[in-house]
Amino acid sequence: MEATVVKTGTEGKTWGGGNAPLRASYGKMMMWFFIVSDALTFSGFLAAYGFSRFKFVDAWPIPDEVFTHFPFLHGVEAPMYYVAFMTFILIFSSVTMVLAVDAGHRMERSKVTIYMFLTIIGGIIFLSSQAWEWATFIRGDFGAVETKGGQIIQFLDKEGERVALREFATPYNGPRVTHTDENGIWYKSEPVTKTEFSFEEVKAGFLANENLLVRVQQKDEHGHHKILSREESVAKVVNDGSLVVEGANLTHNEYGHPLFADFFFFITGFHGFHVFTGVLINFIIFFNVVLGTYERRGHYEMVEKVGLYWHFVDLVWVFVFTFFYLV
Amino acid sequence: MAHEQEHNLAIFRGKLKFKSNVHKIWGVFILLSIITIVEVALGIIRPAFLVDTHFLALKLLNWIFILLTIVKAYYITWDFMHMRDEKAALRRAVIWTTIFLICYLVVLLLIEGDYIYEVYKNNFIKFDF
Repeated sequence: MEATVVKTGTEGKTWGGGNAPLRASYGKMMMWFFIVSDALTFSGFLAAYGFSRFKFVDAWPIPDEVFTHFPFLHGVEAPMYYVAFMTFILIFSSVTMVLAVDAGHRMERSKVTIYMFLTIIGGIIFLSSQAWEWATFIRGDFGAVETKGGQIIQFLDKEGERVALREFATPYNGPRVTHTDENGIWYKSEPVTKTEFSFEEVKAGFLANENLLVRVQQKDEHGHHKILSREESVAKVVNDGSLVVEGANLTHNEYGHPLFADFFFFITGFHGFHVFTGVLINFIIFFNVVLGTYERRGHYEMVEKVGLYWHFVDLVWVFVFTFFYLV
Repeated sequence: MAHEQEHNLAIFRGKLKFKSNVHKIWGVFILLSIITIVEVALGIIRPAFLVDTHFLALKLLNWIFILLTIVKAYYITWDFMHMRDEKAALRRAVIWTTIFLICYLVVLLLIEGDYIYEVYKNNFIKFDF
């Protein structure tokens, strides 16, 4: 690998390129500067999230009620456990990464190989977990109704347990007329994504079932969403309800404010993209380790540099974890 | 020409010193795991006195979460990214710059967000604009 040890003919001179100011090589220092700029990008996103959250501070979804699923445990309320598992995966892959860096310092090629491999596996497990987390979030859980003003109302029984739309909506058995351009506003076409029930079906089921109450986005002083009385609930659904929301996307979110879903998709997505590129770069470096490139070069600094990036990804996740799932 | 880099093997301001770098890595992993477990436990239990006590416009519980996060970030940067072994000038160039800019942005945006919240609350403005 001659290409990486370019000689400029000015070695020994102060600005000859042979010096490592701050005892860090050029590549390592540039990795640090890249990390600084990337950290600022992520802080920009997280600060924007904080801004929007403070803007709707008394109507923001409660994460413990949003992320309650664990694979293979259907219907079991398991807040936080899944994301805690993801956090451990990422921390552990950080450990194997730093072990690879350490083995690299001691020029132990086989150990570097094993630890790099474990790091890549950890990254892949994390990415798959995130895919599952997204799929669950997009699919939704109980379903909700959006009001004309854009707020979300959710349904509960008298004991305060959440009730899914499918448990009470009265199916409408008449023929469903497909919307065409001639009968109606010409620029409004048949919606591409359809919810399981129409708003009319949910409304009919709600009015027929005396046991149901409505919960609004606004929170009381203890941070719980306010639950309306039966009369207020009926009035809310009849007067304000306009559309059924199931799951979350960029415009509607059954768990609460759509901005929550927007930031969730954007920030965890951006982080997931970093993990993805991290796995990719790790794989290239792993490949080079296996080929013996760094053995011939005489040092394993590339492993150290990619390690810095990988730890940074872990570092970002620590903050995402706090601000999306804990706070 | 394997250049064995000198590692600073002590954490907690020298109170805990590890035998080797590998030992230190596992030690820091255990520390990070304990902090994460505490965070998750607090997040599930949400003790009422921490939720209902407020300090500087935030719940006490949230301050604890933020504090523990910063502790975790410190150990990831210092021991996994080997910031402990870098020269002070590099450390300061990276850390101080970042911390200053982040604090600046976050404080401004949160104050602004809170202001808009007040506007929504005390004026006749549509919920979602």
